[in-house]
Order: sequence, then C-alpha cells, then structure tokens
Amino acid sequence: MLARGIGAVNAGQHAGQEIARAGLTRPKVRLRLINARVSRGGALFLGVLPFLVVAATYLIASGKRLAANPADKLLPSPAQMWSAFLDLATIPDKRSGDLILWVDTYASLVRLFSGVGVATLVALSLGIAIGFIPRVQAFLLPFITVICVIPPLALLPILFITLGLGETAKITLIALGVAPVMVRDITTRVMELPTELVAKAQTLGGNSWTMVLRLVLPQVMPRLINCVRLALGPAWLFLIAAEAIASTEGLGYRIFLVRRYLSMDVILPYVAWITTLAVITDWLLVRLSQAVSPWAHPVEAK
Amino acid sequence: MSRVVVRGLEKSYGDARVLERVNVTVEAGEFLSLVGASGCGKSTFLRILLGQEQQSGGVVIVGDGPIVPEPTPQRGIVFQRYSVFPHLTAIQNLLLVEDFRSGGPFGRVFGARRRSARQEAEAMLERVGLAHARDLYPASLSGGMQQRLAIAQTLLGRPQILLLDEPFGALDPGIRVEMHELLTELWTEHGMTVVMVTHDIGEAFKLGTRVLVFDKVRHDPQFPSAYGATITYDLKLDRKNRASSQDVAKVAAMVGTTRLDSAIATTAS
Repeated sequence: MLARGIGAVNAGQHAGQEIARAGLTRPKVRLRLINARVSRGGALFLGVLPFLVVAATYLIASGKRLAANPADKLLPSPAQMWSAFLDLATIPDKRSGDLILWVDTYASLVRLFSGVGVATLVALSLGIAIGFIPRVQAFLLPFITVICVIPPLALLPILFITLGLGETAKITLIALGVAPVMVRDITTRVMELPTELVAKAQTLGGNSWTMVLRLVLPQVMPRLINCVRLALGPAWLFLIAAEAIASTEGLGYRIFLVRRYLSMDVILPYVAWITTLAVITDWLLVRLSQAVSPWAHPVEAK
Repeated sequence: MSRVVVRGLEKSYGDARVLERVNVTVEAGEFLSLVGASGCGKSTFLRILLGQEQQSGGVVIVGDGPIVPEPTPQRGIVFQRYSVFPHLTAIQNLLLVEDFRSGGPFGRVFGARRRSARQEAEAMLERVGLAHARDLYPASLSGGMQQRLAIAQTLLGRPQILLLDEPFGALDPGIRVEMHELLTELWTEHGMTVVMVTHDIGEAFKLGTRVLVFDKVRHDPQFPSAYGATITYDLKLDRKNRASSQDVAKVAAMVGTTRLDSAIATTAS
C-alpha cells in the first residue's frame, strides 16, 4: 500500500519533470484559420474596426471638402449633422408647430408595424393551415408560390389607384410585400415537423386543432420571430418607397423631401436614425424569441 | 380486447413490394419482438399497426374492428428519435397527455383536473427515475433519459397496444440493460400488448414472449423489389423456460447478424 503510494508520487514527479522539460503546456503551432479562436477583446476590436474605418474615412473626406469650401453641402461635419438633427428633434416646425423628427418616426413606425403585424398574422394562420392540412395545401400552395414572385413595388400604383393615397395603401404595400415569403417560410417549417412528433401527438389523443395549439404553434414560434426579423429589411424598403411617393410625414418622406435642397446634414442623421430603430427592433425580437421559446435557445456553454 | 389479427397483409410503394402474405395473430398481453435484416419491412409493419401508413392489401383487425387508418390513443408509440416534444420540459411532456386527452378546445386542463394530472405525472416521473430532471427540456437530457421520458409519456396515455420502433437503438449498452429492466417491469405492471422492432437479437429474445423474423422467401434476381418480406419464423417463448442459445443462433443466422456472442450474452443477462 505504502510502496504503491510512493510509486504514484514518483510517477507524478516524473510527469511534472516532463511538463517542465516541454516548457509549455500548449504546443506552439500555427492552427488552421478555421480553428484559430478569437479572444473576447479580439472579437470586440475586430467588430468595432469596420465602424471606425468608415467613420474615419468620412471624417477625413468631409474635413478636406469643408477646408476647400466651408459652404459645402455634400459631406457635412458631425457638428453640422448633430445640430440639424437636434433642431428637428427639439424645435417645433414654424409652419405646423410639430417636432418633425418625432412626428416622422411615429408615422413611419405605425405604418411599419401595422404592415408587418398584418403580414405576421397572415403568415402564421395561412402557413400553419397550408403546412398542416393537406386539403388547404392542395388549394393554396400553388397560388402562394405564384404570388411570391410578383414584385410588390409593381403593385404600388395599383394600390394607390384602388386604395387611395392614404395610410391603407402604404400598410397594404408593406403587408403584401413581406407576407408571401413569410407564408412560404412558415409552411416549410410546419412541413418539416418530424412525422414522429405528429404521430405521437395523435396517439396521445390530440385532434387537428389541439395539435395546432400545443404542437405546431410552439414549434413554429422561433421560426416566425426569425421570419419577422428578416422581413423587417424589405418592410423598411417598401415603407420608404411608399412614403417617398405619396405622404405628408414619415422618415422616408423627409429624406426624399430634403433631397431637393441637398440637405445631407438631415439625410445622413435620418439614415442613422432609421438604422438605430431597425437595430433596436431586431434586438427586441431576439429577446422576445428567447422569452417565448427558451427551448430553442439552449444556454451556450462558456 | 387488444388482440391483433393480421391476414394476407401486403404493402407496396409503387412497383416495389415491401411486405406480402403476412399472417399473424397477437394475443392480448403478448410481448412481440420483430427482427429481420435492415430494410426487410418490419418498421413498415409497425407503422401500419400504428396507422401512420396504410396496407396495400389484406386485413388488420385491432381489438374489435378493422384498424383505424390514423394514429389513435388505442395504440401508443415510442420511436428511436423525436420521441418527446422538444418544446416542453419533462413534466410538461407528461402533462400534455392529459391536456390532449381531456383538454377540450384549448388543449389544456385546468383546476382540479390539472392538479390530479400533475400528481399522476409526478408519480410517473418518479417511477421512471426522472424526478430530478422535472424542469429540464429534452435537449438537456441524455438519450437514455429521453427514451425513459418517452416511455413514461406513452404509458400515461394508457394504450392497449404499445408499439416500440427500435426504442433503444441509439443507447449505450449499459443504459440499454437498465431500459430493458424498466420496460419489463412496466409491461408486467400494465399488462398491455407490446410490439417491438429491434436490430438486437439478444434484446428480442430477452424481452419478448414471442419472436417474429421478417425475411424475403422469394427472390427475383432481375427485379429485387418484385417480392416482399413475410414472417419466416415465429417462435413462442415461455417466461420460465427461456430461449436456448440454439434458438438465438438460428434466428441470428436468419437475420444475418455477425455478433452472435453478444446476442447470446444479452439474452442471458
């Protein structure tokens, strides 16, 4: 017993010497590109780098142009942009008395979320019906597939003619623009449900409706939210297009309005503002997905 | 009540015939093991019993009448994969059974019925040794734990016939032996008819009271899919008088397994 214990200690010392001789616990080799991990600080640095490059390039170019011509409108300085943005956000418009930025933001977001909301409801109900019920699939799948390839902007004149120039036409354009792809995506997801799960739910006594509630709906939720995230890109496109053509307020309307005066000091902050709104929406949707479907977001081992 | 009678069963996919002339009568309370080479149609046979697929010809009678051509609570199923609902925790998976059975249009029971369902589910979790994993999602359970949960869930549905499609095929040998014990105990407690498809000859002999071998008897070298498989060997085992190693060897030879020793060892375990 004792002898064995000593032996074990000796072996331990031996191994220690070997480690000491090797000098390092990790061999110094160049890993393949795909295996080289990025440290946290490194990831932060690399992530921020492109933003810095763009900002620096802009500042240099803007500085040069303003040095040559202080009245230059194409590349305004950050101070000019900030003061223009602040004016729009805090000083009431002389004619209407509105705080223009907030009126624009409110009008645009109402349109955007109404359109995307309608599209989401349509996608959820149609997608589940088409994916889950063979009769509805035979009835609607070919139709939806064809609808999907119509360019939505080509429908805009029709919408303005039939629905007028008001809010309805703009919201309809956004909904029509994003809904078909969402319907197809949800349909695919429902059709991808393992047949085993559907068979099992039936052996437990589920009927078509309770299976939609307890099996299909929770299973498509993460995909639906992801779908909304992806749809928001095109939705902004359709929103700005609709506002540019016929509107009296809205973020897209403002950009196209001040374009006539070459007001880059308004356009650039507005683009940044739209980007900020889009990023916040996206982040909220990710959090929503984590809250609604925790099972689809297993905690990553750190 | 839960007797199964199969007469002249045939199944084809287009030109390819998978099963033909399958005749078997399963008495209530029997534990049937189905073995056979890969692709011999034993899983197809099971899916027909489940109602997930329909036979191309012949008659299947379950209980009092012809089989309903869709899955029903009469027949429970445990698959090898996707056997529990990934969006529900262990306890929610078990509660779902009562929710589906008597949950009405919302697919959910409330009040006193929910409390009694919860008690039943907790007891079942305890029974299969998953009480500690109560609030975990299936993704964080091991393969063996998922299958235990799947069996518990299926048994809560109180099926007359329990169908098992290679339920332990993806598990480690040690876990498998545990699962064999659990399944045998539960079968003794509940006394339902069991039909199990397996690749493991040893498992078939160890658990079953009857072993059926599926194989092709007719071959067409020009058109291999012209003929389907049928039951080529039907061996009734006695609980007291277990299968001899000759029986195991014979079936192993029919199925073409290469691991005869391990099969005999599993049977003996």
